[in-house]
Amino acid sequence: MKKNLWRMVPFLIFMVLALFFWRGLSLDPHEVPSAQVGKALPAFKLPTLESDKIFTPAVLRGHVVLLNVWASWCAACTEEQIFLMELAQKGVVIYGLDYKDHPNDAKAWLEEWGNPYRSIGSDRDGKVSIDLGVYGAPETFLIDKTGVIRYRHVGVLTKEIWAREFLMRIKHWEAQA
Amino acid sequence: MRLLFLSCMLLSLTGFANSMYPLDTPKQEAQFNYLLRELRCLVCQNQDLADSNAGLAKDLRQEVYELVKSGKSDNDIIAYLTARYGDFILFTPPLKAVTVVLWFGPLLFMVTGLLVFWKTCLKRSGDE
Repeated sequence: MKKNLWRMVPFLIFMVLALFFWRGLSLDPHEVPSAQVGKALPAFKLPTLESDKIFTPAVLRGHVVLLNVWASWCAACTEEQIFLMELAQKGVVIYGLDYKDHPNDAKAWLEEWGNPYRSIGSDRDGKVSIDLGVYGAPETFLIDKTGVIRYRHVGVLTKEIWAREFLMRIKHWEAQA
Repeated sequence: MRLLFLSCMLLSLTGFANSMYPLDTPKQEAQFNYLLRELRCLVCQNQDLADSNAGLAKDLRQEVYELVKSGKSDNDIIAYLTARYGDFILFTPPLKAVTVVLWFGPLLFMVTGLLVFWKTCLKRSGDE
């Protein structure tokens, strides 16, 4: 009797492993968890795309905002632009970070696809993006009123992801003083 | 660690250090090549920073190059990168509470296997 119990052990371990591997099949290895969530925005000072003002973390203070990392060379960025325009019309505050891009290309791209951004920092050499832990555009950061990063989404921002990941968090951080 | 370091010094013949990333001392060159092999490219995840041609990998190579050149230690550079990209950028995960199973799981499985083997097969031949 006792011996039969011992014989069950490898089978049980097999079951547990199978469960883990089964779960692993539906995980996306490209979704790297951000090391930046919970940290304040890194200090940066960038020229803005639209004027001669300066783009710093202070610009973003006071509201719960989105910081969207995009580029004119980024094919996937065109996919989310319509949705970002919708959000901007609904009153969501979105700022842009133009990642490793030429300002002229970026401006032409915005003419074509629309500009949902309050202001856009031009990160030509990508250093600020490295500080933010960006590894592929588009990426969207949710930043609270005090300038702390609260969530990061990698890839195209869709309605589903917006509803599932952003809405509740925005509500929560809006309620904070 | 030292062995790794030495083997990387040998590998540095095939490394990057020569023309694109000139460094002052062979020691720095060895450090640079060692780090590039230890760091993962986040875009093409199964390549290291040395092999990858992705734009981000190039930028990170440059970043590591500048840090090595300024005389930073391995630990400083790794801390700099993990603060931004997390442990995922390392091919060798650090030993932490969340990675204990990863590091000692195989040992646990082996011990359990031997225990089961001992309790069933070996015990049986003893009984008969």
